[in-house]
Parts: sequence; structure tokens; C-alpha cells
Amino acid sequence: MNLLEIADLHVHYGAIHALKGVSLSVAEGSLVTLIGANGAGKTTLLNTISGAVPGSGGSVLFRGEEILNELPHLITRRGIAHVPEGRKIFSELSVEDNLNVGAYIQKDKQRIRTLIERNYELFPRLAERRRQEGGSLSGGEQQMLAIARGLMSDPTLLLLDEPSLGLAPILVETVFKLISDINAMGVAVLLVEQNANVALQTATFGYVMETGQITIADKASALLNNPAVQNAYLGVG
Amino acid sequence: MKLSLFFRRHRIATAVVIALFLVILPQVLTSAYHLRVATLVGIYVLLVSGLNIIIGFTGMFSLGHAAFYGIGAYTSAMLTTMVGWNFWVALPVAGIVAALFGSLIGLATLRLRRVFLAFTTLGFGEIVRILILNLRSITRGPMGISGIPVPKLFGWSFTGRGYYYLILVLATLTVATIYRMYHSRVGRALIAIREDETAAASMGINVFGHKVLAFTMGCFFAGIAGSYFAHFQRFVSADSFANLESFAIITMLALGGTGSIIGPILGSTILVLIPEIFRFLMRYRGVIYGLTLIVVIVYRPGGLANVKGVFEKPKLPKRPGKGRFGFGRRRPAAVTGESV
Repeated sequence: MNLLEIADLHVHYGAIHALKGVSLSVAEGSLVTLIGANGAGKTTLLNTISGAVPGSGGSVLFRGEEILNELPHLITRRGIAHVPEGRKIFSELSVEDNLNVGAYIQKDKQRIRTLIERNYELFPRLAERRRQEGGSLSGGEQQMLAIARGLMSDPTLLLLDEPSLGLAPILVETVFKLISDINAMGVAVLLVEQNANVALQTATFGYVMETGQITIADKASALLNNPAVQNAYLGVG
Repeated sequence: MKLSLFFRRHRIATAVVIALFLVILPQVLTSAYHLRVATLVGIYVLLVSGLNIIIGFTGMFSLGHAAFYGIGAYTSAMLTTMVGWNFWVALPVAGIVAALFGSLIGLATLRLRRVFLAFTTLGFGEIVRILILNLRSITRGPMGISGIPVPKLFGWSFTGRGYYYLILVLATLTVATIYRMYHSRVGRALIAIREDETAAASMGINVFGHKVLAFTMGCFFAGIAGSYFAHFQRFVSADSFANLESFAIITMLALGGTGSIIGPILGSTILVLIPEIFRFLMRYRGVIYGLTLIVVIVYRPGGLANVKGVFEKPKLPKRPGKGRFGFGRRRPAAVTGESV
């Protein structure tokens, strides 16, 4: 059984049919990427999984249980963390308090401490800035904080939306290295990216999305060599 | 600001000096009138601090706070004059009744976005005033309720000083409770909601539940303030709880600084004292409040506390225009073209 199993998912924004029967799965501990152009429906898919956008048909199974249209905070409690596009960190809280809020569903103080320390090991930059207001961090640091905050709920599945957005190329590399490290700790990752090249190099499996539908699903390495993908998303050929 | 830095460095000393000052104050203020004004400041500290939970911490725009103040006052007035309850029982009950109304209104309206919530609470404020005026059999309508008993403690009836010390205790308890709450898990959740509801929900925070909770807490303190006011004034009528009163409370909050602990204390002290000190300005009380609100929102959206956060934890210098009040609200940083 896959950790996340989406079948024939439909989403409507009023008259607009944003997702037209999407099926996708994420195995336990895997790193799966979803690539596609602007407006293909990638963010909508993540928002539907995490409960921020209501689905109008189909199913989303997490560990075999239906979670479609459940309240967002209950979905988080099941072990899904969503790092939204544009980071959305709490800019007036300190870095450490951002992490504390991320640990909202954790009751055990000792456990929260351990999770914070784990984050500071992963992101030494955040440890240096722990007392600073979130809004005063640079773009790259804010992205790291957003990911770290997501990890505070100790998720089994991490949904990452465009972590490379607005970052300098050198930082993109750093962030993706971190994503691999997080995956290596046993956290399954569903990564949405426009930067297809680096996403497919990091992931093991990839989906290509076009106008609300999955058009190609294959191993990431195979997608890198797929002429159609190369043409449309990798700028080769 | 050197002065604020001085206060921050010597926080405990400052607190002791202020506490001593507040305790000794009635010995200095010989006139009953001065003592009354000082007591009035205390009542507003309760009201403004409560509204601060709603507007300042959680970012919900409530323009009808005086309605809950009125509900508390009338609950206490009716329970003591008509049912014959003791003040000490009526006080917490008035708080609970106001909180109950708060949670009902909250459940009905808190799914609404900023502007719509502001309008509905404004409407609710007006409804409460009109109900008080027209439910003659219960509230005695425009005649108001008079003869509200003076609180007694061990057979001793409250005088000016007694009233002052009681509100001092209530205000201290209120501010201390809110301070604890602000630095707790719940407080952080409220601020997360203010900053970004979607992100807060994805942290596992029950956004709607916390909004109702914050609204209920704010209304509870308004109810307590109302009960106290009823027994202090010994007469209540609908005029005291009109929408103008809601605006006075909001102006005090804006002036003091939304989202800060000390802000509501500063705001209510200054705006109660100014019309009292400059008596000739009393007629223009509404004008003063309106102008203050405009000036604060345009020039200092963070309010006074942005500078003088005496009891706040020392923080980094804040950016200009960061206040939570109205138009000055700072949105999360833009997401394009940034790097470390």
C-alpha cells in the first residue's frame, strides 16, 4: 500500500475545471516530483491534499484512509506537512517561535526541543538567527525556515511547493541537497517544481502535469531522457 | 529611544516603581474626583486589553466591543437589583454571560473576512443598544437601572479608595493573564492566525476554533469591566454602551499599540486623562478620538508601544509601518528575486 494514493481527483474553481481526474501515488519514504508549466494545477493539487482547497470528486487516501475535504488542521495531525508556495512564514515571530508554532500539534516539550535541535543541525543558518524576526531573514533563509517549520510536526509526508522560487542558483542547490537529506531521514516528499532539471535529478519518480491532467508518469531518470520532457521543460534539444 | 532602552534594562525596577506608584496613588489623590478618573482608567484597561486579544493578537476586526461591555453591565445590574445577588457572584457571572454572547456571535460571524466581520460586529453593537432601550420589562428601557448596590467586603462598603484598589487588582489580574496567554502555545497560535491563516491551518492549528476562543476571551474581560462599571456608577443606561464607546475603545487600542501588552494600558491612560485634564475639550471628546485614530493610523500604525515596550521582551528594531492597525499592516515579504 502506498503512503499517499490519489485517484481520479477533480477540483473546480467555480466554472473552471482545475484538476481533471488526477491520479498519483507516493510510496513510503520516497521522493516524488511533480513538474509542469505555470497554471497546470500543481499548487492546486497540493492545496487539495492539505485541505486548503476543496475537491469535487475522486479520492485522496493517506495510509489507506480517505482524507479528501477533511479540515486542514486534522490533515496535519495525520502526518502531512505542507510548505506552501511563497513560504508564508510568520514574519513577526522570531525564527524559534516560527518553529514552536510549527510544533503546534506536539504536546511533549522534550520532543519539541529535540525537533528544534534536529532542525538547527540541518539548517545551521537558522540556529544563528534564532532570535531574529522571521520577516528580517533573506529569501533563502525564509525558505529554509518554511521547510524547517514544516518538519516540526514530524511528518511522514512533506509537501513542498516551489522551494526554488526566487532563489539564486547556488542556493537552489543547497535547498535541494537539504531536501535529499530530509528524505534520507525517512520522510516521504512530494515536490512540486518548475525547475524541472534539478527536481528530476533529486527525485526518484516524476509526474508531468499539463492543464489539470497527468500526462506522463515515469522514473525521474527516464523523464530526464524523455525527448518530450526535454523539449517542453528542460530546455534541451 | 534611550528612555525605552533604560526601561528595558531595568525591567524589574521599573515594575516595582510603577507598582508602588499605583498603590500609593490614592493617598496622593485627595479629591474624590481624581480618584474616580484613576478608577475609570482601570476600567478601560480591562476593555482595551480584552479587545487587544481580538484585534491585536488575532487580527479580527470587531467594532462592537461596547456591546459586550453593556451586556456585562446589565447582567450585573439586573442580577443585583432584581434578583438580589451579591456583587462578588454577579461579577464573574457577568463576565461569563458576556463571553457566552461573544462565543455565539463568534460562531456565527468569525468565518467572515475582515471587512464583513467589522460590519457585522458594528451591527451587533447597535442591536444590543436598541434591545436595551426596548426590552422595557427586563432592562427598564430608556430609564436605565438605578440603585445598583455598592460592593461590600466583610461588611465594609466600598468607598472611592476601595473602588480604586479593586479595579487595580482586576486590571493587574487581566493584564497578567493576557501576558501569560500571549507567551503560551495558544498565544503563538493566535499570532500565527493573524499573520497567515492558511499557513496557521497547515501547522495543525484549528483556525476557526482559536478565533472563537480569542473572541470569547476578549468579551469575557469586557463583561467583567461592565459589571464593575455598573457597581461603580451605580446606574446603567444604554447611552454608556453605544457605538461611540466602541470607537473610544478602539482609539485607545490604536494609540497604545495593537498586539502589545503595555499598549492598551498607555492608550487608555492617555485618552481617559486628556479630556479630563483639559476640561474645555470635554465637549470635543469625540473629535479628539477621531483625530487621534486618523493620526495614529497614518503616522504610527504600531502605536506608542512600538517605541516604549517597557514590559515586552527586548526585540530587534522594528521596521516602520509595521502596525497591525488598518492600512499600515505589513504583508509577508515579497517572494521574487531574493537571495541570501
